[in-house]
Amino acid sequence: MKSSRNVMTFAGGIHPHGDGKSLTCYTPVQNAPLLDKYFVILAQNAGKPPIPVVKKGDRVKKYQLLAAADGAVSANLHSPTSGIVSNIRDIQGTHGVPTSAIEISADGLDEADSPFAPIPDWRHADVDILKQRVIEAGIVGMGGASFPTHVKLSPPEGKSVDTLILNGAECEPYLTADHRLMQEFPEKVIRGAAILGRILNIGNIFVGVEINKLDAIAALEHYAGDYGVKIAYLRVRYPQGSEKQLINAITGRTVRSGTLPMDSGCIVQNVATCAALDDAVTLGIPSVERIVTVTGEVVVKPGNFKLKIGTPALEAVRFAGGITEEPGKLVFGGPMMGFAQRSFQVPVCKNTSGILLIPQKQAYNFESSGCIHCGRCVQGCPMNLVPCLLSTAIEAGRFDLAAENHIMDCMECGSCAYVCPDHRPLIQNVRHAKAELRKQMNASKEK
Amino acid sequence: MTFYTALVIMGLLGLTLGAIVGVFVKLFKVEQDNRVELALELLPGANCGGCGRAGCADFARALAAGEVTPGNCPVSSVEQRAAIAMALGIDAGPIEMQQAVVCCRADIGAEEMNYNGVQDCNAANLVAGGPTTCRYGCLGLGSCARVCPFGAIEIVGRVAVVHPELCTGCKQCAKVCPRNVIKMVPANANIHIYCNSPEKAAIKRSLCAAGCIGCRKCEKLLPGKIKFDGMLAQIDYDSPDAITQEDIEKCNCPVHGIMSEKERYAVAKNAASGGKRA
Amino acid sequence: MTDVDNDNIKLPTGEKLVLSSSPHLSSGSSLRKIMGGVLLALIPQIAASAWLFGMRALFIIFYTAVCCVAAEALWCKLADKDVWRNISDCSACVTGVLLAMCLPVTVPLYVPPLGAILAIWLAKQVYGGIGNNPFNPALVARVGLLIALPAAMTLWTPSRGMKQTNYPEKQLFYTAENIKKINNGEPLDGVSCATPLGVMKSIEKITDRSFKAEDNFTELDSWEMISRYAVGDRAGCLGETCAPALILGFFILVILNLINWKVPVIFIGTVMLITGTVNAIWPGVSPNPLFHLLNGGLLLGAIFMATDMVTSPITGRGCAVFACGCGILTSVIRLWGNYPEGVSFAILFMNALVPLIDRWCGKRPFGFVPKREKVNAHE
Repeated sequence: MKSSRNVMTFAGGIHPHGDGKSLTCYTPVQNAPLLDKYFVILAQNAGKPPIPVVKKGDRVKKYQLLAAADGAVSANLHSPTSGIVSNIRDIQGTHGVPTSAIEISADGLDEADSPFAPIPDWRHADVDILKQRVIEAGIVGMGGASFPTHVKLSPPEGKSVDTLILNGAECEPYLTADHRLMQEFPEKVIRGAAILGRILNIGNIFVGVEINKLDAIAALEHYAGDYGVKIAYLRVRYPQGSEKQLINAITGRTVRSGTLPMDSGCIVQNVATCAALDDAVTLGIPSVERIVTVTGEVVVKPGNFKLKIGTPALEAVRFAGGITEEPGKLVFGGPMMGFAQRSFQVPVCKNTSGILLIPQKQAYNFESSGCIHCGRCVQGCPMNLVPCLLSTAIEAGRFDLAAENHIMDCMECGSCAYVCPDHRPLIQNVRHAKAELRKQMNASKEK
Repeated sequence: MTFYTALVIMGLLGLTLGAIVGVFVKLFKVEQDNRVELALELLPGANCGGCGRAGCADFARALAAGEVTPGNCPVSSVEQRAAIAMALGIDAGPIEMQQAVVCCRADIGAEEMNYNGVQDCNAANLVAGGPTTCRYGCLGLGSCARVCPFGAIEIVGRVAVVHPELCTGCKQCAKVCPRNVIKMVPANANIHIYCNSPEKAAIKRSLCAAGCIGCRKCEKLLPGKIKFDGMLAQIDYDSPDAITQEDIEKCNCPVHGIMSEKERYAVAKNAASGGKRA
Repeated sequence: MTDVDNDNIKLPTGEKLVLSSSPHLSSGSSLRKIMGGVLLALIPQIAASAWLFGMRALFIIFYTAVCCVAAEALWCKLADKDVWRNISDCSACVTGVLLAMCLPVTVPLYVPPLGAILAIWLAKQVYGGIGNNPFNPALVARVGLLIALPAAMTLWTPSRGMKQTNYPEKQLFYTAENIKKINNGEPLDGVSCATPLGVMKSIEKITDRSFKAEDNFTELDSWEMISRYAVGDRAGCLGETCAPALILGFFILVILNLINWKVPVIFIGTVMLITGTVNAIWPGVSPNPLFHLLNGGLLLGAIFMATDMVTSPITGRGCAVFACGCGILTSVIRLWGNYPEGVSFAILFMNALVPLIDRWCGKRPFGFVPKREKVNAHE
């Protein structure tokens, strides 16, 4: 099956062995039971957090607007269930720092009251109405960056976009949320892509899927023809799902350093984002749910769950049957780029694609005695950087040297630290240097 | 004969080269203010950057040019400043000696968190908001100790402690600290409040047993000597009558957050050597 | 709403959560595994040396390795480093075995400790330990010993197959004194001989070295001799003689992904190309390239020394430049230098250039456009 097709890929990257996908990729998506309380974090999108439009004590219905976008780079937030706004307070956020959240005590009825109507005839609907729907429904990039989708849909003057790429690569180990989504709801994904294509006036639409998801590819192909969407087969390689690598693999274009994919005529959207968009347009419901992979070797029944945003990680683990032993790490997102969390009370956000529990024996994975210049990080780096030298420079406090060697091009995919035989914290060093360089840049701007 | 030839050749060569060097020294002579060298000699020479200039040589140039006064060098002693002022024939400028204090007692109050990664405060602070329970406390990974040009900061257990007798107040540690837990205080003050968290008492209490709970007892008992900044008590270093050991006993802080530098060091040492909670 | 029995579900408390930066997975490779792989790749040659030179070879290898580990442990103890952590990565052990590979089997027992101190202290730990040494520790020790103790380091004995026959190496060795002894019927302490490369140098010295000379090396590079060299049946260091064992080691290293295959291939290729060209044009200057391939430490150096991760360039292009430089220097030293063997000097010299090579042979970042091209693009 593989040989008959043109399998696309990029240079560099790694192939994580034992990628843990088989833990969850065969079980269908399960619906999660209703909880008593949901904690909806306000800052669920990149950019400015939305402003709450409800007060403590208000009764809200499912899908009702909780917080309205503040400015262009911001996204609306809707209630995941019906109930009472019991509090608006700071809780532990996904980035470790306290962040403002709306606490909803569910009434158990789950009464829906969507603020907008479905647009069944989206093929002929006005583009502005569709665009407005994306803004209203609070759709953000669900692959991880949580960038408000409507910003990407309005390319600035002078930039022509001719290709829309759907990112179904899901190259992160352990995660299968997109895989199950594409397999079980292929029409949603494809139709969402077609709607996006209509908004952007693009006919050239690809869905990029790694060939380890042949069942998902088969499901997508069933609908692809009807909507004029093409499937691109991608080699199983991490980080195949990175924007720049994906564009390079599918179109052969190289997104220049310091520019956006838009500058190369491409727009990349996650498949989950497209499914949410389809829900918003054809069903008229906002983005309040997502498929989350709850997985890890210590989880009793790992699987994919349709979780409402605001579900605490602890409850998600309960749905998955609990644990066999105390985990050493809780990660939101995949194991390569996900963030370690401080507590199990952190709730699911729109961009949480996975909840990963890592066993204690794997939790301490950085222990360095010194770089041996093996060059594996250089081979693994999809951006053609030299991570070991960057890291050495950073450890010596030479952030200027790191900047000279293009540290800002690093996307922190973690390939280098994954292959490092010395287990150096390369990515942490890179983050540190980037933060310091941004600080310096801001300081020089102020001057 | 050979010997004399060699001697003559070498001698002539030496003379010629010497003459060339002499000519070029005259030709490319850089006029230098000898006051700069004088000032440089008298400055501490730590190149700490506490004055905001690129090292002592730069500061000496600025001194000679009259851009700064000796008082702008925070690390030199009063005598040194007077000597510089006298040597250059300028005013010594305002003299305000400062020292750094790490206002945190996480080592005796907070549970340790598991962290695996770069042993640098700024890098660690980027991982999930930093590996401490309290967002305002000392991370204890020693970035300040590494930048201190005077070796005045010691990591005792899990927090940094400043040795006041070594600290010159160059502010390098305060600049590098991602948590802003290092405060600059007058050098003669030796009693401080060791907490930096402006959070509500309930939250603070749940994170750290040694945090100021904002009960305002000290403010009531020692009016004028202690002021409140939100939920955090702070010593008013501008107060005319300084806080004393008796004052500490008198106010009997419920979390023992007010203490002298000496006591703080002893407590930290004790905690580090296994004698847990104070 | 749920039929799951909540009481039986074990939930995490979050007490043992570790905070760390991504990635949270690791490939599972480690220094110890890399060093173990190198040792594994050396096993064929260790076995071959034992077969060719006798059991003393095994003893010398073991003894040198122990000396190196002891030197490392002692330094770490004195420098207040974690002793176990430093010796448990097996790097000192690998250095020891590689150093032993560069020693003759007859080496006096005081030499390996000296070598260990040179290798571990002078070449590795003074620079800050593993990963920071600019030069290959085993080669530094070998060159240091070769210069300091030339007699002890070049006392070659014939290998297993050489005893009865009358090879040119043997003829050259017999000194007047020994011949007298033999004639008098006195027993010899032992028989030693020269390496083929040594013979080549002597031939160069005693015969016409000019470019016009006729082929001087017919005795050395005949097919019969080459086939003898190919199985390692010649005098030489412990680890350099048996080509099949070394090539087997090369494949082990490549399969385990421990070396860049380009380095040995380009290194050896360059040497063979240069010596082949010289041999074809001026047969009086160089024996044929197969002689160069199978003699001296070329295979050992190219496969195990030049590929040392710490002291070779990072990028593929850099490795090619590095290997090419090693090859050129080796050929030049062998053909026109004073020492019969040039591999160790060549590798050490190129080691010194590695930081420069790394700088010049960097990769262009994905999507990076140099400033000059940007200007053109605007025009």
